[in-house]
Amino acid sequence: MTMNNQGRPTAPGTIEANELATISGDRGLDHEEPLIFEIGREGHCGVDLPDMQMSESRLGGMRRRAPIGLPGLSEPEVIRHYVRLSRMNYAIDSGLYPLGSCTMKHNPRLNEKMARLPGFGDLHPLAPQSTTQGALELISELMKWLTTLTGMPAVAMSPKAGAHGELCGLLAIRAAIQARGEKRNRILVPESAHGTNPATAAFAGFVIDEVRGTADGRVDMVELEGKLGPDVAAIMLTNPNTCGLFERDIRHMADATHKAGAYFYCDGANFNAIAGRVRPGDLGIDAMHINLHKTFSTPHGGGGPGAGPVVLSAALAPFAPLPLLVHDADGFRLIEDREQLPQGAQPFGRMCAFHGQMGMFSRALSYMLSHGRDGVRQASEDAVLSANYILASLKDVMSAPFGDGPCMHEALFDDHFLDGTGVTTLDFAKAMIDEGYHPMTMYFPLVVHGAMLIEPTESESKESLDRFIHVLREMALEAKAKKTERFAGAPRLAPRRRLDETAAARKPILRWKKKEGVPQAAE
Amino acid sequence: MSEVRFTDQHEWVRVDGDEATIGITKYAAEQLGDVVFVDLPEAGRKVGAGGEAAVVESVKAASEVYAPVGGEVTANNAALAEDPAKVNDDPEGDAWFFKLKLADKAEFEKLMTKAQYDEFVKGL
Amino acid sequence: MRYHPLTAADRAAMLAKIGVGSVDALFKDVPKEAVVPLSAFDLPDTQGELEVDRKLSRMAAKNTAAGAAPFFCGAGAYKHHVPAAVDHLIQRSEFLTSYTPYQPEIAQGTLQYMFEFQTQVALLTGMEVANASLYDGSTATAEAVLMAQRVTKRPKAILSGGLHPHYAETVETVAGLSGIVTRAPVTPGKAEDIAKLIDSDTACVVVQSPDVFGLIRDLKPIAAAAHAKGALLVAVVTEVISLGLLEAPGFQDADIVACEGQSIGNGLNFGGPYVGLFATKEKYLRQMPGRLTGETADAAGKRGYVLTLSTREQHIRREKATSNICTNSGLCCLAFTIHLSLLGEEGLTRLARINHAKASALADKLAAVKGVSLVTPAFFNEFTLKLPKPAAEVVDALAAKGIIAGVPASRLLPHDPAAKALLIVAATETTTDEDADAFAAALSEVL
Repeated sequence: MTMNNQGRPTAPGTIEANELATISGDRGLDHEEPLIFEIGREGHCGVDLPDMQMSESRLGGMRRRAPIGLPGLSEPEVIRHYVRLSRMNYAIDSGLYPLGSCTMKHNPRLNEKMARLPGFGDLHPLAPQSTTQGALELISELMKWLTTLTGMPAVAMSPKAGAHGELCGLLAIRAAIQARGEKRNRILVPESAHGTNPATAAFAGFVIDEVRGTADGRVDMVELEGKLGPDVAAIMLTNPNTCGLFERDIRHMADATHKAGAYFYCDGANFNAIAGRVRPGDLGIDAMHINLHKTFSTPHGGGGPGAGPVVLSAALAPFAPLPLLVHDADGFRLIEDREQLPQGAQPFGRMCAFHGQMGMFSRALSYMLSHGRDGVRQASEDAVLSANYILASLKDVMSAPFGDGPCMHEALFDDHFLDGTGVTTLDFAKAMIDEGYHPMTMYFPLVVHGAMLIEPTESESKESLDRFIHVLREMALEAKAKKTERFAGAPRLAPRRRLDETAAARKPILRWKKKEGVPQAAE
Repeated sequence: MSEVRFTDQHEWVRVDGDEATIGITKYAAEQLGDVVFVDLPEAGRKVGAGGEAAVVESVKAASEVYAPVGGEVTANNAALAEDPAKVNDDPEGDAWFFKLKLADKAEFEKLMTKAQYDEFVKGL
Repeated sequence: MRYHPLTAADRAAMLAKIGVGSVDALFKDVPKEAVVPLSAFDLPDTQGELEVDRKLSRMAAKNTAAGAAPFFCGAGAYKHHVPAAVDHLIQRSEFLTSYTPYQPEIAQGTLQYMFEFQTQVALLTGMEVANASLYDGSTATAEAVLMAQRVTKRPKAILSGGLHPHYAETVETVAGLSGIVTRAPVTPGKAEDIAKLIDSDTACVVVQSPDVFGLIRDLKPIAAAAHAKGALLVAVVTEVISLGLLEAPGFQDADIVACEGQSIGNGLNFGGPYVGLFATKEKYLRQMPGRLTGETADAAGKRGYVLTLSTREQHIRREKATSNICTNSGLCCLAFTIHLSLLGEEGLTRLARINHAKASALADKLAAVKGVSLVTPAFFNEFTLKLPKPAAEVVDALAAKGIIAGVPASRLLPHDPAAKALLIVAATETTTDEDADAFAAALSEVL
């Protein structure tokens, strides 16, 4: 069988009883909170709507027969419920979020205000284009920022997330190859790549061929060149790569790739390291998605929404998906019709309904205008400086496989420093929770053992970084001294102890269900 | 007397006449962690030696299980669907994955003996 | 710069600790010729909030917000009233600025609302299990088709003529890679005979109800026809409020349901971000794409929630994943859940009735205008009118009069001659009698 050594304890083990029992089960400001289905009751409602008379004659006989089963709650109950839930979450507003490859930077509040301007927020995508010129202007201006910062001639705006952008880029590549009358179905992907890369490539109908890394954490140039051939459609690289290192040979790789008739897809997740200083277009890329929710501060929102516009080279630009945005004497116009295409356009299709994540565009443009080109460059410098500061401050107590440095915007450690202590990367990470920190990215990239990838971003003050460094240093020293009490069974101070992921996967319970004989919510 | 042999991909196979019983080794089960799901081949499916036959999932990983020898699948261990934890409890006995009708005995002879496999694992 | 806490003194101290003279040294791996000066970027410099606010406000003012005029657009995105509490709650720091709940001990807020969302979606659609959202209805539909292809191991998808054309194009973009996508004829206001197109190569039939012209479809016979040939029914709903009044797709034997959830909790936002709902039968669980939250217990025995069945997903399964999806629609999903919690059974039912009543009254008013006829006999809150002039021209003329009159079908079907005269009109609880009267009067003037 394939040995995928990601198995690690997913059931929590036992714990000791230790705290003062309260009568309510709540503890100070920490409240336990049931589900809305357990709170809701018949007769409660959080909105006031008239009970309108309605004829059924136009429903085609499809009136629903059964109740849906939704619970009823008043507004105070709903607000209290979600406020209590929110208090069980860590957030970038609450503390440093050292998640490598996620770029958890500050989410400026001005962005939220701008996105909510009625002229943006309350605008229908299919309203007559004469009534949406300001929105199209915003998209156009954002396109200018993205193409200028990357040094690329074109950008496709509709992808709804980074992975969606990857798909868009690969489909453009596929279309370009087909237009040349060729058949190429292999894509070269480094073994250190983020899972979306091979998943997207497979999704787009390609076969994946993995390229190994060298001892210094970069893609093996020789192996890459050896694997290029007339059946290779593209290489997919991340730069800086997932180990937080700049691929020095990237120009050489781009040239070799183009010479072999293939295209260069770049995963832009780590763009924060070089924005305003380096233009990926100068490095020879053909397509790169940009995670607006990473580099350009649109909020992560607990898992989304994101946006993944894709910059395209001249070779790929003709294949950009619909809709296209044009600007001429008559103003701005979306082109959605294949028969109305500008000269040379051969879109491969449509990625999704409508035009893209306008709500994220307005936020990203607000960020860009606020920062300016000098602020974008400063952000990248501070991000790289902070990551190197952490690397320099901790590499003597924690093991950094590429510690000779410098790193880019993220610093990679592995679990060698924990050898013989009985403490794993997982335990170390969970103990960080008790210290008031969200753990760093763990077990990624897969190319080092027990990876810990730390990305501080430019949003941390030096005081914040020093505190973080101090805590990690003390934790590492304790682990190495085999004082493992704080690690075993961590976290203890979070709203929940370690959760049984094994049980959750063996017997999935994916929704609330009414229990027989127990008084339940509204029906 | 049936003999058990092993692959360097951590599968074991026991042959009785022309029936082969296949599973994953204790080492593999330990590496995987708690098994939560097993995807087994249906009877009638033909697999070649080294071909992907099953998938075993823990929470954090999914691993392909390859057929150590080629043949036609005759049965799979339905008990594992109900209780995947069996794979962690008794991977080399009760938690066999599937049986097949052996196509070529020579393929079996090429595999590692228990002693050879144990040596192999030591070196990992 | 107001978002960058490091001072010059901080930077100097940090460089000293690292042991380099300048930050440029940290970029030593970058080829020299690839480092460009600031002047290479034809972009403005840092601006304060006042300037940015002013610039973007001016841009926003060039648009006609839906609330600023009599407004009747639908066709996949609907203007509904979202209670003030929703936007207030989603802006709480711990919801807005938190990450994907990969560390469940400090993300129970997110995980619990995802669990509530999954339950709400399952209840609304009448299906056994739902995921924690996809990007939107169109990509959810595409994922449903891919899933049906995996489950049945067949290549063909048949798309109803009433499926939103953008959705059909999206499906073609992805499902066309691994199979064949065929579109049934477009028959505005009438149910096409899609059953006769199903054969033994068919993985699924995709039917939207109410469809893009507003027509309510009876899915049960289509499901039966599909099942008889071993194919699946994918039901699509673009106006999820309709589920407050109409029979759920799950009770009409749909196998997979893909919806656009925007109508609940989320504004129009010029097309995004929206929230895709995805639900199916328990037996297809492991083929379902997208994030899933499951209930479990922690080491102290307390109930809690975790992301689960992750082995379907890209970060583990890589090239064998069910999909390449990495995000869900997080905050949009939360807005949906909060709004639906406020509505509850009674609120959603009343809201749906109001929507239908308003649309029905509007249809009567407009069909009374000379030359106008109602094409859709059975509808929820959206219907299609046939006009005596090309609908696109009429819409532009009405826009000049300050009325956003709906979506001309030719915008979605530019090459279908039958679509030229058709106007798709929506009414919701936000439509006033004054709006309706203004529309009818202006329409009569323009025709």
